Amino acid sequence: MTQSPPSLLSLFTGFFTVGMFGFGGVGPWARRLVVEQKKWMTAAEFTDLLGLCQFLPGGNVMNLTIALGSRFQGIPGAVAAFLGLMTMPVVVVIGLGAIYDQYADFPPVRRAVVALAAAAAAFVLANAIKVAMPLRGKPLGIAVAVITFVAIALLRLPLAIAMPVLAALSIALLWRFQR
Amino acid sequence: MSSTLLDLTLVFGQLSLLAFGGANSVVPEMQRQVTELHGWLTPHEFAALYALAQAAPGPNMMVVSLVGWRVAGVAGALTTTLAVAIPASILTLLVSGAWFTFRDKPWRKAVQVGLMPVTTGLLMASAGLLLESTVLDWRLGVLAVVATAVFQFTKLHPLLVLGAAAVLGAIGVVG
Repeated sequence: MTQSPPSLLSLFTGFFTVGMFGFGGVGPWARRLVVEQKKWMTAAEFTDLLGLCQFLPGGNVMNLTIALGSRFQGIPGAVAAFLGLMTMPVVVVIGLGAIYDQYADFPPVRRAVVALAAAAAAFVLANAIKVAMPLRGKPLGIAVAVITFVAIALLRLPLAIAMPVLAALSIALLWRFQR
Repeated sequence: MSSTLLDLTLVFGQLSLLAFGGANSVVPEMQRQVTELHGWLTPHEFAALYALAQAAPGPNMMVVSLVGWRVAGVAGALTTTLAVAIPASILTLLVSGAWFTFRDKPWRKAVQVGLMPVTTGLLMASAGLLLESTVLDWRLGVLAVVATAVFQFTKLHPLLVLGAAAVLGAIGVVG
């Protein structure tokens, strides 16, 4: 069973550790904190709340801090959990930026970041391939993905215009033909 | 508020509500805004900042803070971080109370199923644009192909692979 609702301080410190140790994605760390360590929610409750956060726009775990924090402590809880998650990563990333600026003219550092950048792009590609796998055998879904790629990567259309059109088209097509 | 901070607020506030499927799906629009429209960075600089952000802990949207910092210092970092967070957070606050009333509705499922191919196309576009501005020669191309395969087919921690790439660059094998 879940325990009594967490305080503002424990929301902050809990998500502080998630932000600090969450290398390569904070989702698994958030689950560990909420379900396994603190038992603020059952696994089913957590999965359900994450489902909402994945459904809505915005960073998934960022949305999770808002939804979970507000469920237990209202808006102050949402703010506490959000600040906990973001404080260390913002400090660290600015530190990395400052170090890089300082040493960008030093060839080994410059080459390291050039290589890191290519590997980071490969990470995004690998992730995109994983996400694309469920589209196998679904020509309509593949067509929508290809149209989206062309509109955004090649035609460079503004997302604020392309997104509503593509989303409406895709939802209507898949609803009509692929149930 | 200076006009740069205002511009940053508008750009990243808009991205907040367009980021279906998480932060990586708005990387192409972020790149278009900060390079083509506002000229704050070159595509290559943007890709380098994206890579640095991947090496930091935290959500996979830390590139947002880093771009803000590069454009307008610490005030810029706070501006972009909050601008990307607040609109989606308000939406989450408004909707989370009603989630149990609509999570099992057919339209909710239809929206999720319909958004998925769009998100996939956006992630592919993110990958394509980042590869275009980071694969500067054939050796970096080989690195990208090998790294993709390692991410895809092994369970190695991503940070180990990124670290190995950085070491290969530092000692002059690639880069």
